Amino acid sequence: MTATGSLRRRLEHVGIAVTAVLAIAMIGLLTIDAFRSVPGIGVLYEQARIAGWWADHYLGTSVFYHPFMWRSIATGILIGVVAPLVGTYLVHREMALIGETLAHTAFAGVAVGLLVSSITGWNGSLMVVALVVGVLGALAVQWLAERTDTYGDVPIAIMLTGSFAVGTLIISYGRGMTGINVQDFIFGSISVVTPSGARLMAVITVVVVAVTVATYKQLLFITFDEQAARVARLNVTWYNTLLIVMTAVVVVGAMQILGVILVAAMLVVPVAAGTQLAQSFRETIYLSILFGQVAVIGGFVLSISQSLPTGGSIVVVAIACYLLAVFASSRSSPAISMH
Amino acid sequence: MTVVALEDVTFAYGEQPAVKDVTLRVDEGDFLGLIGPNGSGKTTLLHLMLGLRTPDSGTIELFGEPVSAFDDGERIGYVSQQATSGGGSMPVTVREAVTMGRFAHAGHRRLTADDHAIVDDALETVGITDLADRQVNQLSGGQRQRAYIARALASEADLLALDEPTVGVDAESRDAFYQLLESLNDDGITIILIEHDIGVVTDRANRIACINTELYHHGDTESFVESDALTEAYGATGQVVHHHH
Repeated sequence: MTATGSLRRRLEHVGIAVTAVLAIAMIGLLTIDAFRSVPGIGVLYEQARIAGWWADHYLGTSVFYHPFMWRSIATGILIGVVAPLVGTYLVHREMALIGETLAHTAFAGVAVGLLVSSITGWNGSLMVVALVVGVLGALAVQWLAERTDTYGDVPIAIMLTGSFAVGTLIISYGRGMTGINVQDFIFGSISVVTPSGARLMAVITVVVVAVTVATYKQLLFITFDEQAARVARLNVTWYNTLLIVMTAVVVVGAMQILGVILVAAMLVVPVAAGTQLAQSFRETIYLSILFGQVAVIGGFVLSISQSLPTGGSIVVVAIACYLLAVFASSRSSPAISMH
Repeated sequence: MTVVALEDVTFAYGEQPAVKDVTLRVDEGDFLGLIGPNGSGKTTLLHLMLGLRTPDSGTIELFGEPVSAFDDGERIGYVSQQATSGGGSMPVTVREAVTMGRFAHAGHRRLTADDHAIVDDALETVGITDLADRQVNQLSGGQRQRAYIARALASEADLLALDEPTVGVDAESRDAFYQLLESLNDDGITIILIEHDIGVVTDRANRIACINTELYHHGDTESFVESDALTEAYGATGQVVHHHH
């Protein structure tokens, strides 16, 4: 291995370690926020707010003091970890549009959730219902894919438009019953992130990271050579279902900030950037997550400083990363060919 | 010991029969060449043997067990037709691809130093140690085939099943590749090879199964060469590919 190769590897490891620390800190912050009425944790909560005040003071911002901003930022950071993680498998299985489809299914879920919460009056149900509907949608996509023997465009297109159609019908039916702006879910917004939505994202992150680490080998084998994995007696259908359900779960969590229309970008664009530069599959995952973090943090900075929509800002930064990666890979290693 | 046993196996895609009443046996240490014209059901038959498809009727046993109940996946190394065209744009190194051969052994546990040592040996055996850090999709066809064979070796497979492994591979690498297969067969690995080049098969295999939906010949190579199974199976169209030395 060359000296630059090992330096690059070390930098990647440092980047991943920093991301891990950041993600754990965010989960910690959300936990403190959730349990702030417990006496011991209440003190931590006050300390965190003071730290946020000082951060705002030095940066000249008005961001870190507000708990609703913590939740949005934490949710964003966690999206930047899990979306590229799951996306790496999706992109290389050539299932990139599945994320977009599941986002539309989740939109139908949000519509159902709005209806349910307006009827029951339970506010926390919105994201949970979206999650349940998203997972059911994922299973339906998987079922269709198996019946038609492919993750082809036609069943995907039917599922994508169909669930969006159902969503609009339900919203129209329930119009006036809720005060929540549906537009926020379509285009994404920091203000959409509710305390329960942020906590849901924390739980999603822990579960998705744990499952992906535990099934890394199986998912890699199936992604690379599905038939050989079948011959090796891996339960391919089960792992496909697992991947698609995880995607649905991540999409529902990420939809809060990115919106239904843009959520697929976080599954695809950082991975496309990482793939340009990576030498191995493991490195692809690392680089994708790092690009995901750059996109989320860069997007937040752009969005907050310029008062722009958050989802769009994140996606634009992600695409800028992708273009830089394409430029860098065409300069440094002409041997890499994209088929 | 019998590695694969098929008894009256029939399979159809809808109304279109692909394999009809095939009965054949592959014994331990065999090198079976599976030949037949295009669309004759060779790949389908191989898929049936490996349990990738379920027959409409008849029974299939793998290592003495019904194929549907067989779960020692690591005993089979499989190089599919698609494998030849390469893993698309997915950045996977040769070492990562070969390490996949250990996955069926490892299940959900972490890979150990032993696993990695076996991977190193497999890379060494097929002579691609120096390519270990290269991406599979950057390799030539011949090198890629070696990587897939190394993956099968890493899984310590007893049966190697290959579906037209040398399509798009230059003649020189192809000869070297078949020499490698022969030496693996000498070491006791059972081989089932689908190959459109009949000369290669008659040169290397000790058993031949000639199929065109139905089985036209199954037996040793000498009796195949003397029989007219080939012309019968290929019919009057005569799309036979001969191998010239």
